[in-house]
Amino acid sequence: MHELSIAESVVRIASRQADGRRVTKVEMKVGYLRQVVPSALAFGFGLLAEGTPVEGAELQMEQVPAEGRCRRCGVVSGLGSFPLQCGGCGGFDLEILKGEELMVESLELEEA
Amino acid sequence: MHRTAVKKVVLENVLDANDTLAKANRDLFDRARTYTINMMSSPGAGKTALLERTLERLRGELRLGVLEGDVQTTLDADRLARFHIPLVQVNTDPGFGGECHLDANMVRSGLSELPLDDIDILVIENVGNLVCPAEFRVGEDVRVMVYSVTEGEEKPLKYPLMFRSADLVLVNKVDLLEHLDFDLEQFLGNLDAVNPGVRPVLTSARTGQGVDEWCGWLRQRLENV
Repeated sequence: MHELSIAESVVRIASRQADGRRVTKVEMKVGYLRQVVPSALAFGFGLLAEGTPVEGAELQMEQVPAEGRCRRCGVVSGLGSFPLQCGGCGGFDLEILKGEELMVESLELEEA
Repeated sequence: MHRTAVKKVVLENVLDANDTLAKANRDLFDRARTYTINMMSSPGAGKTALLERTLERLRGELRLGVLEGDVQTTLDADRLARFHIPLVQVNTDPGFGGECHLDANMVRSGLSELPLDDIDILVIENVGNLVCPAEFRVGEDVRVMVYSVTEGEEKPLKYPLMFRSADLVLVNKVDLLEHLDFDLEQFLGNLDAVNPGVRPVLTSARTGQGVDEWCGWLRQRLENV
């Protein structure tokens, strides 16, 4: 359940960035390789947001599929499932290009 | 009153705060010339048993210290107490019903109780778990994974994040191989598939097999710092 730690960090970032305003929506990017369970993250987020400017905000998670460049044949391909394997030659030695994101992208803030 | 919503672009990495603290920990280690190992495994793979063998082997040669991470209890720390080394227990329980990993801040909270200047190698024994600890840097120089042959051949493929992040894999409990259907070659193939070139060391905390090789690796790492 590292989702709780992640949720805590998301709430902290959103609260600080809100500058005293109320947050109505938090948009995140979550890479496929992060092994984050979205429902667990959403649950933790709702719980930890209570009593903060983020309380009641919607958490929108954009899942980023994994993508890698093969160090053997150079092909860039999507990495759908484990084991991570080059779509071109089937090799396992990959440079990960996408899928490791774990980022608060933007907030929606309420202005009086 | 009419309220309008405005969008604010943030672009902040969620783990930045942890990574910043990990960097601060690392600075402390570097200043004290303490080489730091983040030791990870699933529960029961033999981290503490291997640590006991390691402490026996390196006693009088290198000054080791241990930071024990556990959700609850001081059982592991109690086992190591007989070595009379600097030892601190960090229980992750005060988190949300017990965190499944150590993060940089938890490690930091234990460091004040360790005389880093008198420690050549600090072993941070992480919470037994194949998923979460891999996400959180704690300021370590190196990541060592303990894997036991009773866990099956396929785990590197199922938990690639942790296996990918390991600098060395201690394949433990090899004294049991003759009693198991475990296919060592297949496991090593799977390991190499997710972490090409990573060095495995076959160990048995029970018989002491491989402890020399592992300690030799450690000495070499220290020399190269």
